[in-house]
Amino acid sequence: MATLKELSRMPELLSPGHRMCPGCGAPILVRLALRAASEHGGVVAGVATGCLEVSTSIFPYTAWRCSFIHNAFENVAATISGVETAYKALKARGKVEGNFKFVAFGGDGGTYDIGLQALSGALERGHDMVYICYDNEAYMNTGIQRSSSTPFAAHTTTCPVGKVRKGKTEFPKDLTGIVAAHRIPYVAQASISHWNDLYRKLQKAFSVEGPAFLNVLTPCTRGWRFPSDETVEMARLAVETCFWPLYEVEDGRWKVTFKPRQKKPLEEWVKRQGRFRHLLQPENRHLLEQAQAEVDKRWEELLARSE
Amino acid sequence: MAERMALTGNEAVAYAMMQINPDVVAAYPITPQTALMQKFADFVADGEVDTQFVLVESEHSAMSAVVGAAAAGARAMTATAANGLALMWEILYIAASTRLPIVMPVVNRALSAPINILCDHSDTMGARDSGWIQLFSENAQEAYDNTIQAVRIAEHRDVLTPVMVTLDGFIISHGLEVVEVLDKEAVQDFVGEYEPAYTLLDPEHPITFGPIDFSDYYMEHKRSQVDGIEAARRVIPEVGREFGKRFGRSYGMIEEHGTDGAEALLVALGSTAGSAKAVVDDMRERGLPVGLVKIRAFRPFPYEELREALGKAKAVAVMDRSISFGAQAGPLALEVRSALYGLSLPVRDYIYGLGGRNITLEEIEDILQEALEMAKTKEAEPLVKYVSVRE
Repeated sequence: MATLKELSRMPELLSPGHRMCPGCGAPILVRLALRAASEHGGVVAGVATGCLEVSTSIFPYTAWRCSFIHNAFENVAATISGVETAYKALKARGKVEGNFKFVAFGGDGGTYDIGLQALSGALERGHDMVYICYDNEAYMNTGIQRSSSTPFAAHTTTCPVGKVRKGKTEFPKDLTGIVAAHRIPYVAQASISHWNDLYRKLQKAFSVEGPAFLNVLTPCTRGWRFPSDETVEMARLAVETCFWPLYEVEDGRWKVTFKPRQKKPLEEWVKRQGRFRHLLQPENRHLLEQAQAEVDKRWEELLARSE
Repeated sequence: MAERMALTGNEAVAYAMMQINPDVVAAYPITPQTALMQKFADFVADGEVDTQFVLVESEHSAMSAVVGAAAAGARAMTATAANGLALMWEILYIAASTRLPIVMPVVNRALSAPINILCDHSDTMGARDSGWIQLFSENAQEAYDNTIQAVRIAEHRDVLTPVMVTLDGFIISHGLEVVEVLDKEAVQDFVGEYEPAYTLLDPEHPITFGPIDFSDYYMEHKRSQVDGIEAARRVIPEVGREFGKRFGRSYGMIEEHGTDGAEALLVALGSTAGSAKAVVDDMRERGLPVGLVKIRAFRPFPYEELREALGKAKAVAVMDRSISFGAQAGPLALEVRSALYGLSLPVRDYIYGLGGRNITLEEIEDILQEALEMAKTKEAEPLVKYVSVRE
């Protein structure tokens, strides 16, 4: 396992100078992922339309020091599957030298929602690629709209807190579970707060033959409403409250990779974010209780499943 | 040696694809294209090609995967029809503006609703502003020949623009014809090795495809895209002449049939042009001064060629197999009128054959008889007529 010092000395494939927000969680993930991929040789990154794409590839500049392709919003899985297929074809015909790894990055909008079909298709076809969802729990690029990853009761601009409605009325989709149901070689849920766990999962993902998937929590300072120096802390609290459990599914075997010594109440995480501010008011207390109950239920289910 | 075979249009195109042996083909079934990809799947299963065959979960993903493959330096193809082409719409534009030389047969079928699986041109016409080159085929032989030539046109360094090769659903795709199938080696030699200008897979030169472009560059990129498709005006006939020299069948932007001394000319696309040739021959035998101008390249549209070919006549009848709702005429007639701008030539549009409605030789003769009348009266009204419709 690489130490932080070793990681810091590896080539930086996402250059500084891009225009992601200060305090954005996504570049932390991307920089680690590109390191793990580059352990094997060349890298081609596909990126779905979203914050990451619009902030790193503003013509005539690019922050990408590896090859990069952006096609559209819903099709990064299909696009990178085409790149990987071309690699296989050209390699067999002796037209490409060297080894390449293929990674797709999509946000939760591009993965949970509009890109789910393309993702499912690419996983079923068994391409040798790693799909990474950088999950910030809403459509942040278009200005904080609700996605199917947005937590229960969270405020977004399309499920705002008003006089009658109090944020999102549904619980988030279990995307990692949906992907695991594809029975691909490797599936994991990770967080930028636990870099060691994340990097180990990235290494596994890039080592298996066939598709691998990581769902990584990358807090958004603008959408979650917290100070931009608390990004990693917000991710850590999501893990420690068991809102965002860290686990992996390898060859159908589920394993929790981090169990908090003491599971923190969800309120510890919620109270630090503006999008949940209304939950602290006495009249909305029941919503927080519902959210906590769902977290507990999902955590217990996961533990029961885990070896 | 070339071999004469009894093939449907779908099979003929599948043979062309087999002989091209692309690096990557993505496929998703849709009537009436399905048989094309089934035939190609047979070639894959029998080891006749070593193409990587990707069986995607939608046409949107077919075009997306082909864009990824082409950006990675592969010669990449897919095929579709109707609603499948409509589902690709977003990515058609991306393929064209990323300047990826993809070749895609489109088996023309009516767009829903009502759902209908039979031929018209509403699918291809809907994509006419997507930036793709569009070549229409009169029969299975042309569909075969066009598919092979499309590779050279798309990949030409001055063009670098994707090409749609269209064939009329069922009429060509499922009709059995005698097709001259070339030697695989001859086809391979004609299309040559693909040398991509840029690729994602050059370890020494990483590249960014599909960046975001704001108001400071977007317009220049669009303008340079025009240069690519405009260059195809020169390259399409060049490739067509070379094909003719090698294999005996030459192609240009348009084809004239009986236009010498014709007073009334018909303009048509696809299989209808074949029927119209028979009608023109028959009427010519009876001493009637009629002729046909078949359009092979709809994009880029052959304005100059048409102006020259039609300018000598006294009246023009256009046959449109789709509607441009709310426009003054169908898509083909609008372009023809535009090509004739400034000339005082009556042009009438005949909308026909929607959703597979049959067009008979008698109906085509009626249109030409009306065109002869127009030549005398100089009166084009009504500007649009609907053929064999119950009103």
